[in-house]
Amino acid sequence: MAATLFQKVWDTHAVRVLPSGQTQLFVGLHLVHEVTSPQAFDMLRQHGWTVAFPDRTFATADHIVPTKSQTRPFLDVMAEEMMGSLERNCRDAGIRLWAPDNDNQGIVHVIGPELGLTQPGMTIACGDSHTSTHGALGAIAFGIGTSQVRDVLASQCLALDPLKVRRIEVRGRLARGVFAKDVILTIIRRLGVHGGVGFAYEYGGDTLDAMTIDERMTICNMSIEGGARIGYVNPDDTTYEFLRGRPFAPKDGDAFEHAVAWWRQMASDPGASYDDRVAFDAATIEPTVTWGINPGQSVAISEPIDAEPDDEALAFMGFKPGSRVQGTRIDVAFIGSCTNGRLSDLEEAARLVKGHHVAPHVKALVVPGSRAVSRAAEARGLHEIFKAAGFEWRGAGCSMCLGMNPDKLEGRQVSASSSNRNFKGRQGSPTGRTLLMSPAMVAAAAIAGEVVDVREMLEGVPA
Amino acid sequence: MTQQPSAISRVSGRGLPLRGSDIDTDRIMPARFLVAVSFEGLEQHLFEDDRKADPAHAFNDPRFDGARILVVNTNFGCGSSREHAPQGLVRAGYTAIVGESFSEIFQGNSAMIGMPCFVASHEDIERLQALIEQTPDVVITADVATGAITAGALRLTAALPAALRDGFLSGQWNPTAMLLNRFDEVRAVASRLPYVSGF
Repeated sequence: MAATLFQKVWDTHAVRVLPSGQTQLFVGLHLVHEVTSPQAFDMLRQHGWTVAFPDRTFATADHIVPTKSQTRPFLDVMAEEMMGSLERNCRDAGIRLWAPDNDNQGIVHVIGPELGLTQPGMTIACGDSHTSTHGALGAIAFGIGTSQVRDVLASQCLALDPLKVRRIEVRGRLARGVFAKDVILTIIRRLGVHGGVGFAYEYGGDTLDAMTIDERMTICNMSIEGGARIGYVNPDDTTYEFLRGRPFAPKDGDAFEHAVAWWRQMASDPGASYDDRVAFDAATIEPTVTWGINPGQSVAISEPIDAEPDDEALAFMGFKPGSRVQGTRIDVAFIGSCTNGRLSDLEEAARLVKGHHVAPHVKALVVPGSRAVSRAAEARGLHEIFKAAGFEWRGAGCSMCLGMNPDKLEGRQVSASSSNRNFKGRQGSPTGRTLLMSPAMVAAAAIAGEVVDVREMLEGVPA
Repeated sequence: MTQQPSAISRVSGRGLPLRGSDIDTDRIMPARFLVAVSFEGLEQHLFEDDRKADPAHAFNDPRFDGARILVVNTNFGCGSSREHAPQGLVRAGYTAIVGESFSEIFQGNSAMIGMPCFVASHEDIERLQALIEQTPDVVITADVATGAITAGALRLTAALPAALRDGFLSGQWNPTAMLLNRFDEVRAVASRLPYVSGF
């Protein structure tokens, strides 16, 4: 019978039905970071449990890592204690850890795919809601809480209820200046920040087929902002070629060919039935920016804000109904995060900023998603382009996506950000204001000093 | 904190009505308080920024001191998967949440630490919130098995996902022991997965 990738992965990883009616699901890859794991390791010790499959768990540090200097000990005593705790826990349990002094360190959702740990047909769990990112390679990947991190450490399993599957089809060609970020912001705007609760999102259609893995990751990453804990794209030749040769991918040759055969078989069958279907026309999607305090509150750059005058978000952001985000003066420009901190994001932004300079009143940061992204960008000279344009070139980490490290907004600053959440206080200042947009739009805003339509700026840039 | 699983069949206490939709976990527990290696003391930072910004915030209102049941609107707990958010609520003494809807991760995290998140209709939540605002001392009682909620003369029916409900009733809402119970079956599944053996 025709089945979706979600159903196939679920069935191959189901251990048994628990007395509660939930399924005991085997977790193929467990990713761990410093914020949501120390308490889980403590709980494990309190019960006298050990880590069941240490070789299926990998760790790195990202949220608290300072991006200016990663020299140890960190200046923040508590951050240093968290780092030390992660190091001890991983050493004691025999878990591989890429600490900030390691060449493989980076944001957990950037390094998983980059190292070839993330593979089609796997179940992947991590104590982080943006784990949905890994679905871009055809994995069933989802965020969990700390008590569940404990469960995965102890048993490599979780007790879960199955989800429904919504097929989100995007068809047609994206116009120049329109990116994966605009696609997912448009999807969330239409389906709502709560619309995905109870669903896994399967993204497809010729627009997705034509996308790189980086672009698919941007889309899957923000599934959770639409309420869907899981988002995925069926694996295809783009996926297999992305994985070929990566350190933890199956070795080129027989192993890789066997893997591809299995991966092909795990993809959704043509006749699979879905609990819901939605379609989007790529040609109608414009550069998109958020105006509010959740990622569903967005408009196309050409559009006025449509909200009730008494809207809490309008008041917090300082917008009036009917006003436009275009032209909003910004204080900070942030390019980075697990949503848009990969090499292709930096390349796109660098193409725009080359030969320009950041507006004098703007503080602009470029934060590579991993040390590997950083090295690759430097090998291409991108860091020189950014620095010449007045951007700060930082070390890898979550940085200004959230206020857990020294990179924070101050007061009511307005930030043009390539990250994923515009929640109140998200970027580290309780009154700070975040405008989410694509990295190219952030680059354009940094130069103009205000939110602009990147398409106008692209007119002078060779395609 | 070690939770010794025990059956939860009924929760009862005074309520706190927190109005607003899409209240995310960054608001419940701002990220800077996650720079720590334990959950201890998180209850002091619940809604810290919202409370500072709005003196009339329900969590600032002394009439609701000692509340045990939080009453919320739609999509409560969206955003980050941080368990720090429900941990803060449990450590502040909350034993249940009643709302129009919850983020899945938040509802699951809450269940793992013994705090049921009941779902009721918009109209019923509005009535319950209004009742608590008028009579903060009213005692709310929620029955896990039936989803029946009473508060003064108000009667409403709420729902819990069946598996979570059964977990509370049987005392097996913390599933680790169950997951470890038949570990040979876990090994068998692992051995059948081609990627575990490297293809």
